[in-house]
Amino acid sequence: MADYRALYQEVILDHNKKPRNYGTLEQASHHAEGHNPLCGDHITVALNLELDPDCVECIAGITFQGESCAICKASASMMTVAVKGKTRADAETLIQEFLAMATGKLDLNSPNHIGRLAVFAGVRDLPTRVKCAILPWHTLHAAFNSVASASTEAAQDAMHAPIGNA
Amino acid sequence: MSAVRAAFHPRSAPAIDVERIRADFPILQLKIDGKPLVYLDNAASSQMPQAVIDRLVRYQTSEHANINRAVHYLSETATSAYEAARRKLQHFIHAREEREVIFTSGTTDAINLVMHGYGRKFIEAGDEIILTTLEHHSNIVPWQMLAEEKGATIRVVPINDAGELLIDEYEKLFNERTRLVGVMHVSNALGTVNPVKQMIAFAHARGVPVLVDGAQAVPHLQVDVQDLDCDFYAFSGHKLCGPTGIGVLYGKAALLESMQPFKGGGDMIMSVSFEKTTYNTIPHKFEAGTPPIAAAIGLGAAVDYLSAIGMDAIAAHEHALLSCATAQMTRMPGVRILGTAANKAAVLSFTVDGVHPHDVGTLLNQEGVAVRTGHHCAQPVMQRFKVPATSRASFAFYNSMAEVDALISGIRSVQKVFA
Repeated sequence: MADYRALYQEVILDHNKKPRNYGTLEQASHHAEGHNPLCGDHITVALNLELDPDCVECIAGITFQGESCAICKASASMMTVAVKGKTRADAETLIQEFLAMATGKLDLNSPNHIGRLAVFAGVRDLPTRVKCAILPWHTLHAAFNSVASASTEAAQDAMHAPIGNA
Repeated sequence: MSAVRAAFHPRSAPAIDVERIRADFPILQLKIDGKPLVYLDNAASSQMPQAVIDRLVRYQTSEHANINRAVHYLSETATSAYEAARRKLQHFIHAREEREVIFTSGTTDAINLVMHGYGRKFIEAGDEIILTTLEHHSNIVPWQMLAEEKGATIRVVPINDAGELLIDEYEKLFNERTRLVGVMHVSNALGTVNPVKQMIAFAHARGVPVLVDGAQAVPHLQVDVQDLDCDFYAFSGHKLCGPTGIGVLYGKAALLESMQPFKGGGDMIMSVSFEKTTYNTIPHKFEAGTPPIAAAIGLGAAVDYLSAIGMDAIAAHEHALLSCATAQMTRMPGVRILGTAANKAAVLSFTVDGVHPHDVGTLLNQEGVAVRTGHHCAQPVMQRFKVPATSRASFAFYNSMAEVDALISGIRSVQKVFA
């Protein structure tokens, strides 16, 4: 059985206590709401996509806010840190990798961009908590596609839309 | 009310020998991550004693066939065991007649039976149904479906900060259009024991029948449907040390006879032709198709097991567990108990400051302590207390004082992680 304590590592507890990029974003170009009806987790992600000098879409700014458990909040906080300044394409790749890791489908020994986010690998052994960790990433994906609201439950919405191979 | 209070303060109930009882439950010997299982999620589903497991094995090994059909030995053996289970349930809830006990797949199915069989026949546009804020979704959603279909209205009894129904407000909700009251006997989310007998008497004085959701009451206190004088009483087997997939709807015979069938099929008919079908008598009218025979027989064995211990003794032991847990938790800074009714069953809903209930649940699980976290299928209750979710410890007669201590020290270690 998994060592659950491994999940509640210092870095996760720290991001839960002092979430980064927490709040609203003035004149966001994209935003989405994520909701997990089972536990009441509810977050919004707002971002500004801008074109860099090479005409590539980049995340110039990103914020989140909401009510959620520690796993969800820390995941959201670390996600914003990880994707800020990245291209949209790189962020989409990271979304795929994170979802694959949370569901136990990513080989962490193969080349990837997970980095510090590997602290969330333990959720793959806690099926009821996988949704907590991936909600922010689904919501970011929904925001990119300008879907107004996302949920981990309803099959027809963006939360269940296929995201790569994850 | 007095019957319920008596169950909580029995004068002569023999004390429970917890260690001896625990030996009856194989699953309680489990270790979770090397730690002894502390199972405190009994309001969601209880565990099964060896006597019930043995009865299921015996049935499947030497008694199984379809019931009410063939003349061969096995069919008659299975039929008589199934009907014997019905009589055990009848006596367990003190019903007047065995035909007043209908086997359903559970409480939800039982309530849906009342909605389709009684509600759709007797409730019309403009009529009103009274429910309470405490109800489980299973006693809300069927009535919303009916209200939408018929153009009926649902009125809701509010609660106070302790999680008790406001009986004055309940009484004010009645008018000439009130057709049915639906109320839970014991709240699954807060543990409140509602004064159903008093509420039933008030409704009956106005000619209104009452459906009681007894899913959380039957496992924990002596229930006497004749003393309560309820018109319908619904409960589940799997919260009563029985199998899943089985439950009971008790209904007064005259009411059941006046109702339309809910499901059509075999067993529920007297005769069938394409011109006219005549329905069977109760209870068979409401048991279409092959029922969960094994589960019903298993439930019969479960109530035998509980009766041998005695519901008064069970209620007294669980009350002692609740008092001990409540006293300790009340002294813990940063822990808030939701549901502080004067009359409670052994359900303890709580929140820990600064920690989401799901994190509480995951960390308690690490100590082997199983609690429920979430909204407990009672979102209106959560909205009333302005929380998205709670953690809930719910006790059974096989829980020990040492397990209460394990819960308390588990909560302390959660607070330490999040300090």
